[in-house]
Amino acid sequence: MTKRIILGALLGSTLLAGAAAAQEVTLTIESWRNDDLSIWQDQIIPAFEAAHPEIKLNFTPSAPAEYNAVLNSKLDAGSAGDLITCRPFDASLALFEDGKLADLSDLDGMSNFSDVAKSGWSTDDGSATYCVPMASVIHGFIYNKDAFEELGLEEPETVEEFFAVLDAFKEDGGYIPMAMGTNDQWEAATMGYQNIGPNYWKGEEGRQALLSGEASLTDPEWVAPYEQLARWGDYLGDGFEAQTYPDSQNLFTLGRAAIYPAGSWEVSGFNNLVDFEMGAFPPPVPNEGDECYISDHTDIGIGMNAATEHPEAAKTFLDWVASPEFATLYANALPGFFPLSDTPVEIEDPLAQEFASWRQECNSTIRSTYQILSRGTPNLENETWNASAQVIKGAETPADAGARLQEGLASWYEPKP
Amino acid sequence: MPGTAVSSHAPKIRWHIIVFLAPAVLVYTAVMILPLFDTLRLALYDEVEGERVFVGLENFRTLFGDANWSRQFWNALINNFWFFLIHMAVQNPIGIALAAILSNPRLRFSSFYRSAIFIPTILSFVIVGFAWKLILSPIWGIAPGMLDAIGLKSLFAPWLGREETALTTLALISVWQFVGIPMMLIYAALLSIPDEILEAGECDGVTGLSAFWKIKLPLILPSIGIISILTFVANFNAFDLIYAAQGALAGPDFSTDILGTFLYRTFFGFQLQLGDPHMGSAIASAMFAVILIGVCLYLFGIQTRIRRYQL
Repeated sequence: MTKRIILGALLGSTLLAGAAAAQEVTLTIESWRNDDLSIWQDQIIPAFEAAHPEIKLNFTPSAPAEYNAVLNSKLDAGSAGDLITCRPFDASLALFEDGKLADLSDLDGMSNFSDVAKSGWSTDDGSATYCVPMASVIHGFIYNKDAFEELGLEEPETVEEFFAVLDAFKEDGGYIPMAMGTNDQWEAATMGYQNIGPNYWKGEEGRQALLSGEASLTDPEWVAPYEQLARWGDYLGDGFEAQTYPDSQNLFTLGRAAIYPAGSWEVSGFNNLVDFEMGAFPPPVPNEGDECYISDHTDIGIGMNAATEHPEAAKTFLDWVASPEFATLYANALPGFFPLSDTPVEIEDPLAQEFASWRQECNSTIRSTYQILSRGTPNLENETWNASAQVIKGAETPADAGARLQEGLASWYEPKP
Repeated sequence: MPGTAVSSHAPKIRWHIIVFLAPAVLVYTAVMILPLFDTLRLALYDEVEGERVFVGLENFRTLFGDANWSRQFWNALINNFWFFLIHMAVQNPIGIALAAILSNPRLRFSSFYRSAIFIPTILSFVIVGFAWKLILSPIWGIAPGMLDAIGLKSLFAPWLGREETALTTLALISVWQFVGIPMMLIYAALLSIPDEILEAGECDGVTGLSAFWKIKLPLILPSIGIISILTFVANFNAFDLIYAAQGALAGPDFSTDILGTFLYRTFFGFQLQLGDPHMGSAIASAMFAVILIGVCLYLFGIQTRIRRYQL
């Protein structure tokens, strides 16, 4: 008897839910940002639903390392959500070319973004854009202000001053001068090579020259960052060869290291962990008075599943994502992820503000290996991880590393001038 | 007699055999045999402009002919052999020695030792990889502190971060985890040796260590053979520990790259490298071939020559 009642109740509830669903549309969002789950649920989704009560959102993230594989199988099986968080460049381009992502070039909100901002999610010729740019991350160095004050040091502006600061910390012995390890390899490339490199290859100018074949990875401006990295090894902690990314984060946030080569995505995490004051400086320039360049990398966008049943509702949401309202909300919910839209956004977090301020002083570029150049085998991005780690350890000379990468790239890439 | 009555009829289909075999056959076919053959088939295809086309052995030609691929393949294969050699040279002798000690009836607390040594085997690779990474960490690990306590701090190095030592270190971690398996198998084999044989040996003056070498060891040789082949198959299918400890790029400088990690990177892609199921299947097929050859060599070259004793 009780069973039958429960059954009836269940049946009734599904009927009710079905009736409710007929009036409003529920959109599911695929994402790898499981760290942001609470921010989406507490801030972003309520803000959107307040403005558009007829559309409900369901944010369903998966683990970052598995996201691409999970998403691809879901798309193939037809069970993927209506909205899809886009990795920049080739991973999403492949989805667009397979017809999995819809073309969003005509979306009204797209006019809020510059071509560089859209480059991560446009076809090579820039004719079609398939994801709305959400945020970028900026590279630089986060430092322990208390430690700098203790030793009477100032933010270095040139490479020479940078090494003078590191020497001062090394001599003092109280702090590990710089917190980075080579065990996971990607920090060496992302927070090392791609962080300091744009100052040498002059940002977009050098990147475009590499794409068009005018420059080669054996040229001085592409080898010079490796020469600087080779000097870093002396200032990293004992046993940095086996130091992992979380190790480095902990060394810095526990106050044992003075400088942390960073990406701005660390800001919100570090804010909750440190009990000292943090500052940030952009990658030092080679010579005093040089123009500065920063890596302002397009990192996260959002697109529409081409097979969605609710394209209109999805486009309404994407238009909202492209709006300044969303940009302000997102930038302040996640300090360190910077909106890409042209309208300036008020950021409250001081450290994130510092990072964002470099956009005015310096020229922005994206990571050199991301667009087009990592399409073949050997994969330039993976090789750069390897080479950067090897150079820091002193296992490979900067010149050899450059020659090896160029040889690998030249084996499959034909520059299109 | 009822028995003769049955046999005089025409041969009946023995349904019970089919019924009892069916579940295993169906499940095994669906989850093992079909995927295996499908992988082999997939290795003969490639994707050209969005279409899957048959390319014959082209993927294998790339794998062995293109320097970018073949260098990685041979590196992974050689690393894999080294990984296997360490297991054979360290894990199995230690396993046998432990079993011999445990089977000594005068040893106290033997069931405690047995469980303690076997427990790591049931732990997840991820836990083992993470725990050992922490133990060996130059920053937080207890290994530097322990070496310091006995005045041997100078011997410590960031083993997992150095090309020369990373693979051997990981192999030894794997040995630590799995030494319980040879121990258990040998232990069972040793227990099955009848006491009369050992007592007869004692009457002839064969005792202690020489009893082990002359009586027990020849009797457990078939078990050692089985353990060797199990180790071989497990090592050439290994992936988890390396992935958990060093990531899919198997650093430093691919010195810990084994066939499993190479396959994973290729099949599923990694970071900006997009997954290539066709090349991945070619690598999987090559792994299958390596394991098949190894198992055949063992079955026909060694298994048939091991002398078995009727106990």
